[in-house]
Amino acid sequence: MTGIARTTTAPAVPRGALRRLVLTEARLTVREPVGLVWGVAMPVVLVVVFGNIGVFREPIPGAGGLTLFDAYAPVLVLVSLAMLGLVGLPVPLASYRELGVLRRMSTTPVPPSRLLAAQLVVNLAAAAVAVVLIALVGIVLLGMAPPRQWVGFLVTVVLTAVCLFSLGLCVAAVARTGRSAAAIGNALFFPLAFFAGLWLPQPAMPDVLRTISELAPTGAAVAALTATMTGDLPSAQSLLLLVAYSAVFSVVAVRTFRWE
Amino acid sequence: MPIITVEHLRKTYGSVVAVDDVSLEVERGEVFGVLGPNGAGKTTLVECLTGLRVPDAGAVRVLGLDPRVDRAAVRERVGVQLQQSALPAKLRVREALDLYASFYAEPADVGELVEALDLAEVLDRAFGALSGGQRQRLSVALALVGRPEIAVLDELTTGLDPQSRRHTWQLVERVRDRGVTVVLVTHFMEEAERLCDRLVLIDGGRVVASGTPDALAAGVAGGTRMRFRTSSPVADGVLSDLASVRSVGTDGDHLVVEGTGEVVTDVVLALDAVGLRPRDVTVRSATLEDAFLVLTGHGIRPVEEEGEAR
Repeated sequence: MTGIARTTTAPAVPRGALRRLVLTEARLTVREPVGLVWGVAMPVVLVVVFGNIGVFREPIPGAGGLTLFDAYAPVLVLVSLAMLGLVGLPVPLASYRELGVLRRMSTTPVPPSRLLAAQLVVNLAAAAVAVVLIALVGIVLLGMAPPRQWVGFLVTVVLTAVCLFSLGLCVAAVARTGRSAAAIGNALFFPLAFFAGLWLPQPAMPDVLRTISELAPTGAAVAALTATMTGDLPSAQSLLLLVAYSAVFSVVAVRTFRWE
Repeated sequence: MPIITVEHLRKTYGSVVAVDDVSLEVERGEVFGVLGPNGAGKTTLVECLTGLRVPDAGAVRVLGLDPRVDRAAVRERVGVQLQQSALPAKLRVREALDLYASFYAEPADVGELVEALDLAEVLDRAFGALSGGQRQRLSVALALVGRPEIAVLDELTTGLDPQSRRHTWQLVERVRDRGVTVVLVTHFMEEAERLCDRLVLIDGGRVVASGTPDALAAGVAGGTRMRFRTSSPVADGVLSDLASVRSVGTDGDHLVVEGTGEVVTDVVLALDAVGLRPRDVTVRSATLEDAFLVLTGHGIRPVEEEGEAR
């Protein structure tokens, strides 16, 4: 009766399990690199492209000495966070639910929430790599202006990541398949990237559009990041908006997410 | 003491009763079958056993534990292969095994498992590139990687070709030989007959019969039926007085004798005693399928053509 001899108290999740989950998810992300291509490679390529266009290097009138190239730094950070949060994170999660991976895990001692945690770790790490690469290539190689209020910059980046990743979890909650998660994620990405100023940076937007943009999560984030570029602290409005959006998205994600 | 006890289990989804007053006991070391048509409530039953679903009523004890309360302990000691549960397409076999082994406090030796389940050749292959049989073997390996005392195998051979199905049956026997208690969920009669020590027949969420496959088939569906003719008539009573004979009838110039397991030997010996030899002998033993038909009034597989209207 080997069964009786064994302990009947709840064993903790083995320590190696989380490390191996993160490692496995990282490998799978590299093998299916949609999120990495659009969330890491593309923003860095855009830094190189924009850094080599002459007009982008002219100071924008009334923008505190920032050039168009400098003004794009926050936008490209946003593009990276939005791609990884809205596509990189929810697509695998929704397809894991669709394939029954989450169901299979729920029969093991390691609950499927740990797989979600591993996906968060991998995509946040990719976002960190993207931000570092944008900074390295932009500031070191191409003479982009570094954010003068860098603490404010980092705090805003973290808040923005929380906001967009919880929106990504909402996408994973709503989508029934990996394919529909990709469709929903992309459908959200384009308006959010627009409000971030990917096609028309905020300083160049007409006033009305700019006001609307600054109320959108990505626009609020870009406004906050842009303020830190010239040494100002992010406005309370931007930060509070980000916190509010994060709270709403997190609540919706927690309420609607299903493991099967 | 039974390793699994289910008492008066009931589970509904809205107004649909999936499992209704199901009771059963599984003994350590046996292959226990849960047999029934699709939609009979088999998977819901299994999900209640493994703590994935909360029953509306009734008691479930697995290894003496309540799967809802002692979730972690039950998961550590019960390996589950769920129906239609895939893996990421790009995940390689070796990675899957190492990953799932890391989930358990005392995992099996992965190398030994690979050998037992014939996975050595596909270790570096991605899940998406595996054949149906290879996926099934990997799935069984993942169910065993925690060195479970109980393995629950749900619809193991659905979608496999006949050859892979036979290989998978050998696999189940090997699992049993390792000392693992197996709960085998299936809608294949032949599979249940071949593999199960005992089983329950489930239909419409209820247990309609339970026992060994042979006893079920014999007891419910008339057992063995023997058809033959003799060169001269058999006197009344020669056959019908035999203990193993239930009925004697005629079909043209053939005699049809129905009875329990020993009926063939008894009839041959009784005829020999009166100097007769049976000719053109055909023997047909009742199958689980017959039993199921008798018990439920419908076949286990969806009826494709109902035939002519009656």
